[in-house]
Amino acid sequence: MSFLWAILRGNTFRAALVAGLTMSIGQARAQSGDIIEVVSDRGVVAWLKQEPSIPMIAVSAIWRQAGSVSDPSALAGRANMVSGLLDEGSGDLDSQGFQQRLDDLAVRLSFDAGRDSFSMSLQTLTANASEAFRLAGQALTAPRFDAEPVERIRRQILTGIARSAQDPNAIAGRLFSALAYGDDPYGRPVEGTLESVAAIGPDDLRDFVAQRLARNSLIIGVVGDVSPDALKGLLDAAFGDLPEWSVPLGLGDVSMGAARGLTVTDYPTSQTSFLFGLPGLKRDDPDYDAARVMNHMLGGGGFTSLLTEEVREKRGLTYGIFSYMRPQDRDGLWLGGLSTSNDRAAEAWEVLRQTIRDYAETGPDAQRLADAKANMNGAFPLRLTSNEGIAGLLVALQRYDLGKDYVARRPELINAVTIADVKRVALRILDLDGMLAVAVGQPVGLTTGQ
Amino acid sequence: MAALLLPLLLIMPTGRAAAGLFNAESFTLDNGMEVVVIPDHRAPVVVHMVWYRLGAADEPVGRSGVAHFLEHLLFKGTDKIAPGDFSKIVAANGGRDNAFTSLDYTAYFQVIARDRLELVMGMEADRMVNLRLDENDVVTERDVVLEERRQRTDSTPAGQFGEQVRAALFLQHPYGRPVIGWQEEIEKLSLEDAMAFYRRYYAPNNAILIVAGDVTAADLKPLADKYYGSIPANPDTAVEALPQEPPHRAARRVLNSDPRVAVTSWQRQYLADSVGWGESARTAPLDFLSEILGGGGTSRLYRALVVDQGIAVSAGAWYSGVSRGPGNFGLYATPAPDSDVQAVEAAIDAALADIIANGVTEAELERARTGLLADAIYARDSLSTGARIFGNALTAGVTVGQVESWPDRVREVTAEDVVEAARAVFRIERSVTAILSPEETS
Repeated sequence: MSFLWAILRGNTFRAALVAGLTMSIGQARAQSGDIIEVVSDRGVVAWLKQEPSIPMIAVSAIWRQAGSVSDPSALAGRANMVSGLLDEGSGDLDSQGFQQRLDDLAVRLSFDAGRDSFSMSLQTLTANASEAFRLAGQALTAPRFDAEPVERIRRQILTGIARSAQDPNAIAGRLFSALAYGDDPYGRPVEGTLESVAAIGPDDLRDFVAQRLARNSLIIGVVGDVSPDALKGLLDAAFGDLPEWSVPLGLGDVSMGAARGLTVTDYPTSQTSFLFGLPGLKRDDPDYDAARVMNHMLGGGGFTSLLTEEVREKRGLTYGIFSYMRPQDRDGLWLGGLSTSNDRAAEAWEVLRQTIRDYAETGPDAQRLADAKANMNGAFPLRLTSNEGIAGLLVALQRYDLGKDYVARRPELINAVTIADVKRVALRILDLDGMLAVAVGQPVGLTTGQ
Repeated sequence: MAALLLPLLLIMPTGRAAAGLFNAESFTLDNGMEVVVIPDHRAPVVVHMVWYRLGAADEPVGRSGVAHFLEHLLFKGTDKIAPGDFSKIVAANGGRDNAFTSLDYTAYFQVIARDRLELVMGMEADRMVNLRLDENDVVTERDVVLEERRQRTDSTPAGQFGEQVRAALFLQHPYGRPVIGWQEEIEKLSLEDAMAFYRRYYAPNNAILIVAGDVTAADLKPLADKYYGSIPANPDTAVEALPQEPPHRAARRVLNSDPRVAVTSWQRQYLADSVGWGESARTAPLDFLSEILGGGGTSRLYRALVVDQGIAVSAGAWYSGVSRGPGNFGLYATPAPDSDVQAVEAAIDAALADIIANGVTEAELERARTGLLADAIYARDSLSTGARIFGNALTAGVTVGQVESWPDRVREVTAEDVVEAARAVFRIERSVTAILSPEETS
């Protein structure tokens, strides 16, 4: 990311680019016929899109039920801590040895823990692919968890937790999750707490690797300059030695609890950060596409959304306001947020609620719906024009069982949504009385319970 | 997890445009508008950008923020486009759009299907000279910008502190002002301020068209002539040279404490050679220096402070040298909870002194070279990255050929070049050292 970072430094955008907030992943040129399922000699399955024009390979892999949802309560943050340590020494290489090896080959290997899943991203130049995949395999199957990197990464995580305790948006996010889910694993921060992270030992980290990073929960997408045959050997090098089965978590579905209404948390700053949400839909819900179209018009469509029109364009109350559908493995959420100055927070809150209420009652007109569909269908191929992005798409297609032909089918699915569908899902989701919201700041005229 | 974000500068003072970084093509329209085409035929998609060679550094004194404010206002309307419809039209055609402002440039872009390129070219050309604003637009949008400033800068102590550090780095150069503007000056920006800036600077001979994606120069030339070539050049648009920065003769320290700060942070910024200031030949060696000192988990600062001594939880460096005026070289660290910030600063100073006295190893040099050259390949994976790289470079005064031959320059850098650059840049009298802490610092 070094190029982009250099160039974006110091820039001020017309609109905040809301990244990583939606699971409705677009798919660029991944035409349905282009996706090949590759099965290695040892049975590792990956979806491949060949792209010979750049001498690189991008791999995206996830393990389901291996995110923070798998953390024991007292060890909250365990999956996240593992994600920081898999590239800090494995096999015969200590931390510096492993990192230098990656750097010498310009291999980009990283791990991340989300709520539901644990993920790996690997990018390598084609010329170094064999060693890159072998190193990934070594990281996954023989992590050392030496004392020095464990304590170092622990300090970094604890510092991050301390920082986020002072960040208005992070405060809002944690509070929302805690209010929505209480003691459920979804209610806990992915990074854990100061206490739980302090309690995680090397054996806990090893337990995670042994129990969670198995082949039965693994989904792989590969895009780049590699043939299916060559990929087979690479897959075995990286994933062939993983255990066959993960340990079942035994977690069923969940839904936001009874908490609702507005909670105000005092924080001394000139702006109030709002986060609001309602139960949404899981990705396999028959109404999911209708809900996605519904949300696009309300708060998902950037400059064209109703919330942006009403709160920003007409009244200048905020720089950014958005909403999105967040499907999770065990439930779904509809979430949104905005920041506004403390002295206008009450007005922004009221305009927000009124806009949602009006929309839920009257629905969109035909032109707005047509424009939204045109935007969603046209923008779909734009959003993933990179190998890295398409690798992520290939994972999502498998994860949600959308099929290799989803790219071709998607416009029909979107176009089939009618005004009646939008109204139905708006009624189903946008229940203002049930809305849970947090406001972090010093909003004038707003108090908890409003 | 421990990975740090590295800036990468792609500049070289000389170079041949051989097999290049992006294999871009370029030409100039009769009215002086430069055009760069970056072909990438992986998908039937284009990124269409217009960059203006002016930014916050060109604002009149007392009108900080007007370049960015105008950028917002360009979405309002023209004779042909009703107020607020620009982005809606782009969206209804399946595209997305945005714009951004920096010290040296203001840029507008759309990402859209190849077959809609002509549409957005017409719209972008239209608003280059036909903007129509009313007072109401200005007042509402100014509130939006003030909210943006609160969100970006004023909502956290670190945001406000960063602005103070930047201001302290420069004695009189406009790079010391925040791109978004000082709040008190934003509040006073008027319709006239915005329009005066617009009329003076928005012209084809002050703009660069960059299109990346499923298009060739042969495809684009007739369209560029039709939409942009038909706009007359403005002979009065010349952007004035930026003011000189007088010699720096005293190191500065900026200190602040705030109860909302959870963890002490330390940073130092040095004025540094850039493509437009000082010795541009030092820019590639400074990229190496930044990598070797502070580029991730194997860098000197991370190894010394975080791994070996354990006195910091993070440490690194950055270098930013693609600019018309002074670049900057930065160092940063977060002291460990049981350590103190003076020890961290001393360890960093020792690392700098060591490089100057003893140089860098061959292994370090080659590792940095490998990483920089690989970045150039990975950069091709994103359609917009190439367009941004060219826009940034060209508005800083670099040529297309120089961008294309950047890998050659990286191949030529020696260990001696890196040490020479370190010696030239690490001059304490040209630096600001800044500490933001939870409590009073001594």
